[in-house]
Amino acid sequence: MSENLLKVQPIRNGTVIDHIKPGRGRKILEVLGLSGSGTTISLLMNVPSKKRDRKDIIKVEDRELSENETEKLALLSPNARVNIIRNYAVAEKKKIEIPKVISGTVHCPNDNCISNNERGSSTHFKLLEHESLRIQCIYCGRKIDEDNIEFI
Amino acid sequence: MKHVVSIEDLDNKRIMGILKRAKQLVPVAEGKKKSKALDGKILAACFFEPSTRTRLSFESAMQRLGGTCIGFADPSATSHLKGETLLDAIRMVAGYSDVIVLRHPHEGSAKLASEVSEVPVINGGDGAGQHPTQTLLDLFTIKEEIGKLEGLNVGMLGDLRYGRTVHSLSQALDRFKAKFYFISPKSLRMPTHVTDELQNDWSTHETLDEVLGKLDVLYVTRIQKERFPDIEDYKKVAGAYRINAEILQKAKSKMRILHPLPRVDEISTDVDETKHAAYFRQAFNGVPVRMALLEQLMGKKK
Ligand SMILES: [Zn+2]
Repeated sequence: MSENLLKVQPIRNGTVIDHIKPGRGRKILEVLGLSGSGTTISLLMNVPSKKRDRKDIIKVEDRELSENETEKLALLSPNARVNIIRNYAVAEKKKIEIPKVISGTVHCPNDNCISNNERGSSTHFKLLEHESLRIQCIYCGRKIDEDNIEFI
Repeated sequence: MKHVVSIEDLDNKRIMGILKRAKQLVPVAEGKKKSKALDGKILAACFFEPSTRTRLSFESAMQRLGGTCIGFADPSATSHLKGETLLDAIRMVAGYSDVIVLRHPHEGSAKLASEVSEVPVINGGDGAGQHPTQTLLDLFTIKEEIGKLEGLNVGMLGDLRYGRTVHSLSQALDRFKAKFYFISPKSLRMPTHVTDELQNDWSTHETLDEVLGKLDVLYVTRIQKERFPDIEDYKKVAGAYRINAEILQKAKSKMRILHPLPRVDEISTDVDETKHAAYFRQAFNGVPVRMALLEQLMGKKK
């Protein structure tokens, strides 16, 4: 699939995020702050896909995703694939996974939670459900689902 | 390290062990027997918000077992800690003590403290979050008053929305196959994050009358004025949920009323003289239950 796309719009070096849940591409650009990064970005929306009906694709030139960005991506679209492109070829294919404990990427919506009140503290969420995403703050116990996730 | 942050940290076996030991420790809690089980041990009470009842009951428990207490009791005493993070304060206090009891206005504080403390941390209440020793003493009271914990019909009445004691107690009693009757005004119903987790039957009611005759235990909480923007609304609601001796004539003779105290007027004083009133014994039970827990955390292994 990705080889095919490379023929259409090849990038020399960078990252192709494939199999993004349709309609999620824009949100991913926003959360990862990619549009402000100065590199060339292309967002393809509602691309026909064999696996699912439709998908979004993001191509980022001259940049690879950090671990933190990959974690956020996993939370936004658990089935996405990350392809690292070097010299027009797919150098690495990464299946992204939501970690069992999500640390430092998501904000706890409970204002009275210690993670929002202790200077220098980090947030930690336990992964409860993978498919319909559901995570829980290990401090205050607040549970949040996909639609209510706020990233740091 | 055996921290006690949430009632979920304790499995049923450990809970039953604590309750059994608490019963044996009652004469020590009453001062009729002496114990030196925690001789030389120091409890640090770190109270970032005041809670006289919890603090005194921990201090009494510690001293009855031959230990001593240090700490601070209210926010004004901690002004020198201003600007210091909770974690820095905990690291310092852990160096001075063998166990820390933490009371803090923010949810999750005890969990965070347990990540850095070199001595066991007991959660003495964190915001609207957990207060496991309150739950333990509630369970102990029910067991002593009714004779068992399994399969009881439990009514909870009053402010079920904000009352954290009823949240934790429902969680715990659910593990002992309780059937729940949640009685409250519509605006103060048990939150779904609690009811969603319950494995056993529960139902909501707006009046006590419809379920009173079935109950083995009635747990009453105070409806607070602050929850109502309109004082007239408050008066109406509070009045409708007030209990007196006459209302209780429909109750089973063995039914017992618990209340975390202090009460205002949600339980009329004429109930105190009835066989149903268990709330003063419940308040005393905080001491032997906390003794049993402290002994388990710090006592010599036999
Ligand atoms: Zn939280």
